[in-house]
Amino acid sequence: MIFAGIDIGSRTVELVLVEGGRVIESRQSETGFDPVFEAKKLLEGLEFDGIMATGYGRNLFENAFENAGTVTEIKAHATGARAEFCDAGTVLDIGGQDSKAIRLDNSGRIKKFEMNDRCAAGTGKFLEIMAENLGFSLDNFGPAALTAKKDLVINSMCTVFAESEVTSLIARGADRSEIARALHRSVVRRAAGMLGRVSSSGPIVFSGGVAKNACIRELLSDTLEREVMVPRYPQMVGALGAALILESRAFK
Amino acid sequence: MSDDNTSMWKNLGLDLKAHDVLLGVLGQAYQDIYLSQENRPRGMEYFDFVMSEIHGLRIKELLDEKEKKRKIIGSYCVFVPEEIALAANATLVGLCSGADFAVEQVEKYLPRNTCSLIKSSFGFKLAKVCPYLECADMIVGENTCDGKKKAYETMGTLVDNLYVMDLPQMKSDNGRKLLRSEYDRFKSAVEELTGVEISVDSLKEAIRTVNEKRAAIHRLSQLRIADPVPISGLDALLANQVFFYDNPARFTQSVNKICDELEERISKKKGVFPEKTPRILFSGCPMAVPNWKLPWIVETSGAVIVGEESCVGERGTRNLTDDSGKTVDALMDAVADRYFKIDCAIFTPNQDRRDHILEMTRAYKADGVIHYGLQFCQPYNMESIPVEKLLEEEGIPCLRIETDYGMEDVGQIKTRVEAFIEQIQD
Ligand code: SF4
Ligand code: SF4
Repeated sequence: MIFAGIDIGSRTVELVLVEGGRVIESRQSETGFDPVFEAKKLLEGLEFDGIMATGYGRNLFENAFENAGTVTEIKAHATGARAEFCDAGTVLDIGGQDSKAIRLDNSGRIKKFEMNDRCAAGTGKFLEIMAENLGFSLDNFGPAALTAKKDLVINSMCTVFAESEVTSLIARGADRSEIARALHRSVVRRAAGMLGRVSSSGPIVFSGGVAKNACIRELLSDTLEREVMVPRYPQMVGALGAALILESRAFK
Repeated sequence: MSDDNTSMWKNLGLDLKAHDVLLGVLGQAYQDIYLSQENRPRGMEYFDFVMSEIHGLRIKELLDEKEKKRKIIGSYCVFVPEEIALAANATLVGLCSGADFAVEQVEKYLPRNTCSLIKSSFGFKLAKVCPYLECADMIVGENTCDGKKKAYETMGTLVDNLYVMDLPQMKSDNGRKLLRSEYDRFKSAVEELTGVEISVDSLKEAIRTVNEKRAAIHRLSQLRIADPVPISGLDALLANQVFFYDNPARFTQSVNKICDELEERISKKKGVFPEKTPRILFSGCPMAVPNWKLPWIVETSGAVIVGEESCVGERGTRNLTDDSGKTVDALMDAVADRYFKIDCAIFTPNQDRRDHILEMTRAYKADGVIHYGLQFCQPYNMESIPVEKLLEEEGIPCLRIETDYGMEDVGQIKTRVEAFIEQIQD
């Protein structure tokens, strides 16, 4: 039997099909203005026996799609991370507009979680805005930050205040890559705070689009002195988790 | 709306246009959140009626009482003893403060980072939309948290009948003395207001009336232990909210009537939600009418609330007042003793509250605790961290929610609540 998991985030939609616990298909697109439309487009031509939606658009999808189940992104990410790393104990997910930290017990059950509050600070959106301000493409932002020779300090984690700090640093002639690194540090500080509230040791499974950023990964493991493990397709973890939850329920 | 109501509101000095807006919002919220619930006990019809007449009949009753020279006292906190008001022939009403109103005007008087409850109390005053506030002969403010304490200084410039009661911060002998002497001072102030001297008989009678009201709520709370739960958390919260407005004797009677019905339901294993629905205990800041946001999210996400460790809930109604004293002095001692046990977060240290949270979790067989802190409320948000730690040590899942009266974060809170319920069910 084939099970689909779909993760409708604020920025992107991911779809994963699993059969016998293995991924047989994965797709991704932008969320756009009409998440349900995008989700349905992504499903075109695919056949499956059941579908589970997660992400902020899960309820919209559930209403528009017959027999769809829903699960929160917390549980989906926890399950997905556990499928990638069987002994995962701590999960950090930083997506387009939110971030979360989850602690799991030995058998993979959620023990505690934290989610960021209602602003862009510490999320992919923050990095995106800042990259644009500094004239980097999002893909080059992390690598550029890694080349910085010294550490500048940006105190604010708030997008609006950080922007003005950046403006004054530029005016003072600071190096672009050093500013970039300081901004990365600000995201990491926020993530570290959240992680600290759920768990204090052991490796961290890092998922979500921001996990593709090498500078964030490096700073995270340096700051926390903990190993940071990134799944092969960090953005797919939520959709994978949703599909696997459905599969395990079907065989219960 | 009847013309009678309109002229009544006008005479009270309400801003009719703004008041219409408020009633519209309230009616809609009640419709969406309360009337849409399934399997409600029939007895809740009484509360539906009370809510539909909250600015109508009940105000008319209060005005009729005033005609007969009874005085109305408004209060913002469960530390203001209803026994004393009743004994001196006055009626005590809670001033709700559960919705944002006239926010821009409020922010001319209060900093933005003030909790929603305090802001709301100003909003209702500034927009002239609360008939309870406008018909009160005395408004009691109390020195609890810093926010309220300082806000009353400003409130004093907006109303001419504010009475400020001082409260202790520690449960020491000195604290107890302070509370007792503040209650004496309050007693004199109320006696002066009504011209009625409190006697042993009137105080005893008042104590009994309030005790009966509390006992009815205790009975209701006990029935929520059953699985399936015979009444929703929203409905039980409503009963706790109406506790502050209604005629005490009628309230007691109505709650007892619902309890009879609930007992019948329990014997038939009939509930509002299926058996084994995850059970949540609320703990934290008071939820005043019409602040139904979080319970509504929780009960539409697949869980049921089985208790409220809150001032609009068990913290407010726990413990009866001993009525065996033979003198006014002895009865006043009993009043002070009863209120001195309230474990509000403005006290330091406040171990009692943590003990009660554990006790309630066990008594009501809760699977998890949601700690509710209003944004910018230091006392409760500070306590939420040791509370969470304690629960974690006891293996009880805990979710801390910090929010305000706004609706912008409903989606995000719903996700967190759903994840918490998944965590409990796992
Ligand atoms: S929380 Fe404290 S200040 Fe607020 S109503 Fe309760 S006792 Fe009064
Ligand atoms: S909710 Fe907190 S800050 Fe607001 S009045 Fe009550 S104790 Fe004070």
